[in-house]
Amino acid sequence: MFLETSKLAWRAIRRNLLRSFLTILGVVIGVAAVIAMVTIGNGTTAQVQSELSRLGTNTLFVRPGQWGPGRASAEAKRFEDRDVEAMRNQVSGLRAVAPLNRGTATVIAGGANRSTSVIGTTNDYMIAQDWDLSSGRNFVPAEERGQAACIIGQTVSRELFGAIDPVGQTIRVSNISCPVIGLLQAKGQSGMGDDQDDTIIMPLKLHQRRIGGTNTISSIILSAQDGVPTAKVQSDVESLLRERRRIAIGRDDDFSVSDMSQMAAAMTGTTTLLTGLLGAVAAVSLLVGGIGIMNIMLVSVTERTREIGIRLAIGALEKQVLTQFLVEAVMLSVFGGVTGIMVGLALAYGAVGFLGVPFVTSPSIIIVAFAFSAIIGVVFGYFPARRAAQLNPIDALRHE
Amino acid sequence: MADREMTQAPLIEFRQVSKFYGRGEATIRALDHVDLQIAAGEFVSIMGPSGSGKSTTMNIIGGLDVPSSGDYLFQGISTSDFSRTQLTMLRRHMLGFVFQGFNLLARTSAVENVELPLVYRGVPAAARRTLALQALEQVGLKGREGHTTQELSGGQQQRVAIARAIVTSPAVLLADEPTGNLDTKTSREIMELISRLNSEHGITVIMVTHEEGIAAYGKRLLRFIDGRLASDHAHVKEPDHVS
Repeated sequence: MFLETSKLAWRAIRRNLLRSFLTILGVVIGVAAVIAMVTIGNGTTAQVQSELSRLGTNTLFVRPGQWGPGRASAEAKRFEDRDVEAMRNQVSGLRAVAPLNRGTATVIAGGANRSTSVIGTTNDYMIAQDWDLSSGRNFVPAEERGQAACIIGQTVSRELFGAIDPVGQTIRVSNISCPVIGLLQAKGQSGMGDDQDDTIIMPLKLHQRRIGGTNTISSIILSAQDGVPTAKVQSDVESLLRERRRIAIGRDDDFSVSDMSQMAAAMTGTTTLLTGLLGAVAAVSLLVGGIGIMNIMLVSVTERTREIGIRLAIGALEKQVLTQFLVEAVMLSVFGGVTGIMVGLALAYGAVGFLGVPFVTSPSIIIVAFAFSAIIGVVFGYFPARRAAQLNPIDALRHE
Repeated sequence: MADREMTQAPLIEFRQVSKFYGRGEATIRALDHVDLQIAAGEFVSIMGPSGSGKSTTMNIIGGLDVPSSGDYLFQGISTSDFSRTQLTMLRRHMLGFVFQGFNLLARTSAVENVELPLVYRGVPAAARRTLALQALEQVGLKGREGHTTQELSGGQQQRVAIARAIVTSPAVLLADEPTGNLDTKTSREIMELISRLNSEHGITVIMVTHEEGIAAYGKRLLRFIDGRLASDHAHVKEPDHVS
């Protein structure tokens, strides 16, 4: 009986192919939007997570001020060289302590120039951030004390020197004449989408004097030794800094020490929220698609009143007519759902290729979208189907 | 239901059946206390001007409509407290319908149209096909099973409709102006087919028509006027094809 009903429904759908297609378009667009949004969102989240895990779970970031809205970090006191020294001497289990100042500067070499991010730091930064050199060397002690020397990223090298080996060349960074001593290995895009190879690393002292115009430090990256729990390092650093910054007991920290998992949580939290919002918008369009199906099914019932009359007269039960129209509505919406899933996956596949994030399909969202489209068929098909089933056969037969 | 009762009771019986439409001043009395008995195997023609109650009578017999008062008995069983489902079961198992407008499903082949009542009865596909082909052969449409409704002439469509009505081996064939849309020659062929179903297969036929010549195929003639049964007698006039 079910097979018969499905065949009947399929025939009715095929009889009005164009109309059926237009009917399911709403559901197709709704489902495709949900699937595409969620798949792209998942890809972005996966990208961020893999990026963060590559940076290592034993890395801690120390910043002045507190994370989060409403807490102005600008007012918080920056760090000094002595803070870095104190951590190095008083906190056990550290592999690297890298002070870090960031800025943007114009770099010139020969005829080419480029605006890029300039980092002032020490050799510890290479350890903490897992940077390797593809050629050249790290800073020597004289350079760490402030002598000009630059290590450049692959993008900067390519833009300024093309295929030439940059090591041994000289570049001008904000009027500093700076010999290139090393070339970083390529790292590619970060989880936030910026090019990590578009950077120049120079000694902190040089950066402070010539670019930042300060002798303070904006942040410190710590790397714990293997097997040392980051939680312990984190609390040691916190109590050291509270003491050094003379924060009274009971007052909040005016700095923050966070590890990668906390950053990961913050960032995936943002992408999850965005994914959810976009999904909600897409779900609304799915609802609109359902109303479209109801509309067309009502038209169809009116159009086929006579047919319904014939069926009732020759012995179809109300229940059988109801089932027939319900199956037709569900079939329409499920076709829409399946088409939408395929269109959505195709869209997402194109988009992730463009964005450079991995293609992560989520079986659960596909199942949910499919089930949702079927449910829409039942919900919005029920009212027209019931109307068909409750027609008076005499009136229905007389209907022209 | 006991067998003895079945044989004794008339197949169809109206006891003081009335049917009103509307309310108050605007009430239309479509049937007014009609008593009627039809035995198994009869061929009854019903005539009367429009609004006389003949269509209402057919609808009530067919379980498509219910009396406002009085009782309609089928094989001695009162249908007055039948549910919609029970009336459907009555139609499904006992009655076959032939309409003036044929009422076949469009874009559907002859054999599929004939199979339709069997689909609702839950007959398996293979048995269904066999029965439908037999019924089509009976109405003289062998070889046209695969034609869709649009590809058949009016007379052929009515034959398909008759095949659809008899495929379930009903006790009663209800025909509402079966020749109303057909020319004289085709009408004659259709009426001869219906007469044969009555005489050779013993199917009770109840037919509404407004043409004397068509009504003459019946063996009994009922005339309705203003909702009342005005006359009821064995038909004496010869059918118009007999010279």
